[in-house]
Amino acid sequence: MKRPTNGLTIAVPRGALFGEALDRLARLGVDTEEVRTNDRKLLFEDVGVITMRPSDVPTYVAAGAADLGITGKDVLMEQADSATPGTGREVYELLDLGFGRCTMVLATTAGPDLAAEALRRLGVMRVATKYPRIALRHFERTGRQVEIVEVKGSVELAPLTGLAEAIVDLTATGTTLKENNLVIREEIVVCTARLIANPVAHKLKAGAIDEVLERLRAH
Amino acid sequence: VRGRARTSSTCRATPTERPRETGSPAHSSTVPAVIHPIPSGTRDVLPDEMRELREITEVLRSVFDAAAYGEVYTPALEYEAVLAQGEMADARPAYRVFDENGEVLVLRSDMTVPIARVVATRYPQTEPPLRFCYFAHSYRGVRPQRGQPREFLQAGIELIGSPAPDGTAEVLTVICTALDALGLESYRVGLGDAALFPSLLEGHGITEPARSRLLGELTRGDFVSLEQELAALDLQAAAVDLLQRVPRMRGGPDLLDGPPGPVADAMDGLRKVHALLEPAVAERVIFDLGLSLRSIGYYTGAIFEVYDPALGTPIGGGGRYDDLLGRFGRSQPAVGFALGVDRLHMALAGEGR
Repeated sequence: MKRPTNGLTIAVPRGALFGEALDRLARLGVDTEEVRTNDRKLLFEDVGVITMRPSDVPTYVAAGAADLGITGKDVLMEQADSATPGTGREVYELLDLGFGRCTMVLATTAGPDLAAEALRRLGVMRVATKYPRIALRHFERTGRQVEIVEVKGSVELAPLTGLAEAIVDLTATGTTLKENNLVIREEIVVCTARLIANPVAHKLKAGAIDEVLERLRAH
Repeated sequence: VRGRARTSSTCRATPTERPRETGSPAHSSTVPAVIHPIPSGTRDVLPDEMRELREITEVLRSVFDAAAYGEVYTPALEYEAVLAQGEMADARPAYRVFDENGEVLVLRSDMTVPIARVVATRYPQTEPPLRFCYFAHSYRGVRPQRGQPREFLQAGIELIGSPAPDGTAEVLTVICTALDALGLESYRVGLGDAALFPSLLEGHGITEPARSRLLGELTRGDFVSLEQELAALDLQAAAVDLLQRVPRMRGGPDLLDGPPGPVADAMDGLRKVHALLEPAVAERVIFDLGLSLRSIGYYTGAIFEVYDPALGTPIGGGGRYDDLLGRFGRSQPAVGFALGVDRLHMALAGEGR
């Protein structure tokens, strides 16, 4: 049986969640061998799998280019705009898959808290992050003025070079933070992998989606 | 062409000298010397597209007309204070201007609330039912994306003074007649009840602030947070199970056979509507106990949404708004729906028509 997902198309993120996501699909009976071994191919039509970067998963699912998707809660939170509901990506969040557990943290260089010091003396602290919306919401909620510096990679570099006093980033083990002499000052939110669905597919392919959902839940 | 920005995503408000792009010579003869931008989320419609849109609206107009729905037009600009009576929640008007007297005007965000105003002001005594249709643009401050512009054309009907279930069944029938006349093949109509989940929460003694959070999660389709939130409340396991299970229930009429006790009223209402539908309409209906229309506050009973597999977003929606007319001073049961003409066009194109 090659299509145990009942003809559904599922968007799977390459990167940290890739292996575990494929393990879950394999347990449903999807033949994931080719997906694992061929890292140039993106579309595996005969098993209903599309692979892409994690932050693109909600885009494909919202547009209906994939019926289901697996991505991190961090991606969903960053793309949702809770200040103005109805303006974010419109996908249904069906299941917490439990794996890929990470924490979104506020970190600064070890020793005296330079961020708190900047906030006290300058009235604002500079925070470098790949997650500007999550960061901004966190500081709004906690009533602090910040200047968000958006970077695309190696955010640990920012406080070491004086680009920012603090960073907001996702950490699984804290190893990268420690290696860069950074310490966690606050934990913002715990993120895990989520199963998401296109709202229209959720209605029109209800039986197929519910079956996948129940089998994933059972594991 | 890669790297060539679409004008609608340009946010500068004044004519802009086009920056010279080195290394993008192909088709350079078609690049205008100056780009005059239009606001994000709006667009120009040129003759090829306009011709197709016009075909769609003419078919819809003839169907609405044959069903005795008279076409109306209302101003795009209204007084904010008047439209505010509609309690549009998240879909409330986003664009405001002041007039010469300092009054706040808004660009309407839908046509249902203006028509409620028209009924109360212009038809204060007329014997119901009243039937209206419209083809009009509305405006919302959404993040622009496919099928989600800030200015959008809706084709819709409103049936005033016809209570459930007859009025609801009539409107569902007109939707299906219209979509059949357009030749849309694979569409389905989701049918639910706006009062279902709120009454279920009330029946379990769930009050604010948890009530609003749970309703918000259902409307967003965030079933994970819904589950977590319910688990954190002081409820019996059976109640948690029911509150999780009911909003996920969707399917054919057999869904209505074994009604969970606490939502018997809503189920009964859905059954009555179903009993009134012609087979051709009934087979288009998906019963959806979790249907919760995004961001509109005035729905009271049956609600619906139109789907087509060729489009990832709903083509249209509507429902009963039995309290809205009363807020404008003429209490009448009412029901209506609107189709997004652009989305309908995309669905027709997606089905290869």
